[in-house]
Amino acid sequence: MPSSSLILSRRDLDFLLNEWLDVESLTKRARFTEHSRETFDAVLDLAEQIATEHFAPHNRKADENEPRMVDGKVQLIPEVAEALTVFAEAGLMAGEFDEEFGGMQLPHVVGQAVFAWFKAANVGTSAYPFLTMGNARLLLAHGSREQIDTYVAPEIEGRWFGTMALSEPQAGSSLSDITTKAVPQDDGTYRLTGNKMWISGGDHELTENIVHLVLAKIPGGPPGVKGISLFIVPKFLVNADGSLGERNDVVLAGLNHKMGYRGTTNTLLNFGEGVHTPGGRAGAVGYLVGEQHRGLTYMFHMMNEARIGVGMGATVLGYTGYLHALEYARTRTQGRPPAGKDPATPMVPIVEHADVRRMLLAAKSYAEGGLALGLYCARLVDEEQTAETADERARAHLLLEMLTPIAKAWPSQWGPVADDLAIQVHGGYGYTRDYPVEQFYRDNRLNPIHEGTQGVQSLDLLGRKVVMQGGAGLALLGETITATTARAAGTQWAGFAADLDAAVARLASVTATLWGAGDPDVTLANSHVYLEAAGHLVVAWLWLEQALAAEAGTTDFHEGKRAAARYFWRWELPRTRAWFDLLESLDRTVLDTRDAWL
Amino acid sequence: MNIVVLVKQVPDSGSERKLDPADNTVARAAADNVINEMDEYAIEEALTIKEAQGGEVTVLTVGPDSATDAIRKALSMGADKAVHVVDDAIHGSCAVQTSAVIAAALGQMEYDLVMCGAEATDAQLSVMPALLAERLGLPQLSGARKVTIEGGTAKVERQTDGGFWALEAPLPAIISTWDTINEPRYPSFKGIMAAKKKPVETRSLADLGLDAGSVGLASATSKVLDFAGRPPKGEGVKVTDEGDGAQKFVDYLAGQKIV
Ligand SMILES: Cc1cc2nc3c(=O)[nH]c(=O)nc-3n(C[C@H](O)[C@H](O)[C@H](O)COP(=O)(O)OP(=O)(O)OC[C@H]3O[C@@H](n4cnc5c(N)ncnc54)[C@H](O)[C@@H]3O)c2cc1C
Ligand SMILES: Cc1cc2nc3c(=O)[nH]c(=O)nc-3n(C[C@H](O)[C@H](O)[C@H](O)COP(=O)(O)OP(=O)(O)OC[C@H]3O[C@@H](n4cnc5c(N)ncnc54)[C@H](O)[C@@H]3O)c2cc1C
Repeated sequence: MPSSSLILSRRDLDFLLNEWLDVESLTKRARFTEHSRETFDAVLDLAEQIATEHFAPHNRKADENEPRMVDGKVQLIPEVAEALTVFAEAGLMAGEFDEEFGGMQLPHVVGQAVFAWFKAANVGTSAYPFLTMGNARLLLAHGSREQIDTYVAPEIEGRWFGTMALSEPQAGSSLSDITTKAVPQDDGTYRLTGNKMWISGGDHELTENIVHLVLAKIPGGPPGVKGISLFIVPKFLVNADGSLGERNDVVLAGLNHKMGYRGTTNTLLNFGEGVHTPGGRAGAVGYLVGEQHRGLTYMFHMMNEARIGVGMGATVLGYTGYLHALEYARTRTQGRPPAGKDPATPMVPIVEHADVRRMLLAAKSYAEGGLALGLYCARLVDEEQTAETADERARAHLLLEMLTPIAKAWPSQWGPVADDLAIQVHGGYGYTRDYPVEQFYRDNRLNPIHEGTQGVQSLDLLGRKVVMQGGAGLALLGETITATTARAAGTQWAGFAADLDAAVARLASVTATLWGAGDPDVTLANSHVYLEAAGHLVVAWLWLEQALAAEAGTTDFHEGKRAAARYFWRWELPRTRAWFDLLESLDRTVLDTRDAWL
Repeated sequence: MNIVVLVKQVPDSGSERKLDPADNTVARAAADNVINEMDEYAIEEALTIKEAQGGEVTVLTVGPDSATDAIRKALSMGADKAVHVVDDAIHGSCAVQTSAVIAAALGQMEYDLVMCGAEATDAQLSVMPALLAERLGLPQLSGARKVTIEGGTAKVERQTDGGFWALEAPLPAIISTWDTINEPRYPSFKGIMAAKKKPVETRSLADLGLDAGSVGLASATSKVLDFAGRPPKGEGVKVTDEGDGAQKFVDYLAGQKIV
């Protein structure tokens, strides 16, 4: 039965989770024994229902009614709070956390699939729980027991929301240059002063309290990233009994007016300017998380999951765009087939035109390919944490490290392309605000920017990941891909597998050439092309995986998987050849172009 | 207060629904099957009564193996246990036969109140409460938009086109509910986990002391002989406004019996 939802395809999620990734096998592991296929299915049903009934309906309204500042407070449309109450009451905030903290110990891969419904239905509203869950996860990993009891429990219950306050006006990509200061006090607390820019969910009246996780420098510490510490700065201080105390000295200085993601408040926050005077004086009260100067390490510890999450967001915004375009193409009639131009015959639905099918197939291959990538990586998180042997866990960790920049950047590049194609399929109507596809595009345009820009991801991949441990990550990726191509021998996909094998060999040789050049400047000058080539190669591999998983299926759904796999093989994988050629030539065009010539 | 809620699994009314041309019965295997929406209101009402007065809510379903999905949903909303009557011989049964099966199952259960949705979205017969009331000798309070239980008495407001009727009956009774009665809760994640551990008993026709020949398509009291899809939408009508556009529009709507 084809799913009728335009938010996401449950059929595809079921295929990826069950027919491909075999998530049910996770229930044999101690952490997940309480779960079964039935609980996974039921929570996915629940997510679809709440996303459909409470998130999707106000997606447009939130876009058209940006948050406003009224008397120093943020005003949002009421639907946001209503949706988030339903979300929290259903217990969805608790999903993946340990039972000990009121969680449900859902595998990460299922948790990502569940949350995908909310992002696809309404990315602006879903950002609040997304940030809160990330915040809670970080505190659970690195906070003290007391900090966990005080802050995480109300977050998991959905009573308080959380933020991640890293960026500053003068320091976005370059976190080593942040200037927010944290001065230790005699009582063991800190007082923070400084400005944080772009803080999503930084202020609102949705919850009683907001838990900011803030990066700041302790005076006298080491320079650069080695001198950054992590602090909890609650909007309201918390009394020993958990009740709310004094207003902390962190205030909303202004709201940013954005291209998309408009339902999420995005704020400039001032810390320690004396607007409020907790304990009788200026300075935002902060509590150190873990040890001094280890803040960025803690943040990065959570980075893989956060980046997979951003990649998933980019994917599913592309996915919903694709589904809307598909529906439109089946109903919009225009023109006649090339072989039957008789004006007396009725016009055909545009899906009948090969060029429209090209666009839909491209969008499908990006959206479903990105979803496969995100869920595969999320499954690796589960492997990294729960696989039987230490060796299996270490391999999963290494592969995940390798794939993370791709899991973030590839969907962030191609998800918006899927939305661009969705607009194109809609013709002039797609360019109007009467159809939702232009919003999906605007919303999705954030993803290449935040959580590490594409440029930052490319430097991470080429500059760090492929060379770490003497290239062990790259070697493991190659082995993992060739294990798949070996399975394709003797099937209809042998040609695809052979092309993939060649591309894997090329990736290895090009990497050797780049790092053998002896000039890191020229190597890294082409890092973005490297990221694109590696990304397309990885997604091509995951399309081969899907094609093999769909091998026995005879339904239209399975034919669709084969068609999209073939498309990716024939139309997309060959792009990597040109990218590899460019990389192999150690091209200096970009490097040598001077500022004055631009 | 022990309440039995009758729950039926039906093809999702929001998706494409088909009859199976082989025997003209509802094509359940290929459908996107869900809990009958109207039954969710009955479950919600039963849970609300239980929360106020104590007791247990038991779900009773007659349906194929796959109907366990509907049962699980009811349990994850908060029902305590379930009885699932499943037997291949039941396939194709008419409402009269089904009511005999349900009545036999209820005969083996203890209850103060039986609740169900006012209609199932697949057949839309709305006769089950009446059939059961007759078979079990229970008072029937149908089409409720409000239910109050006081001591041994059930009071309901029966929804009508213009307003409501106030009805009351001694317990045990059977009450059917409309979608105006409440807002059904979502299952919670905790409820989903808890549902796994709740007892679901299955019963065959033999367990209920019924003869397989008394149910099923062959001996049904009514059969679907033929069916046809709705005719495709025709071309729209274009109205050209020559100063009389509004009148033409009204005439059109009147012609379609819309106004
Ligand atoms: C809507 C929105 C929400 C956000 N939410 C949050 C949040 O909740 N919390 C938070 O802390 N931050 C948040 N951010 C900030 C976000 O993470 C930063 O915008 C991002 O890190 C980029 O920093 P920047 O904007 O200062 O750009 P810059 O760092 O100035 O980058 C500008 C351009 O220069 C490139 N560039 C910069 N440095 C290098 C380099 N060394 N090598 C190569 N290229 C480089 C970048 O790739 C980019 O293309 C948000 C941003 C937006 C727009
Ligand atoms: C801002 C704006 C300003 C405009 N200004 C004007 C104006 O001043 N005057 C004016 O006359 N028009 C104007 N237009 C209309 C514009 O020219 C049309 O939107 C455009 O021709 C596409 O037609 P359509 O929107 O009906 O899309 P459709 O024709 O429905 O196309 C939808 C999709 O189907 C594809 N498709 C359609 N037919 C075929 C085929 N036979 N083979 C293959 N693919 C096909 C298209 O490529 C497209 O991707 C404007 C549109 C916009 C958005």
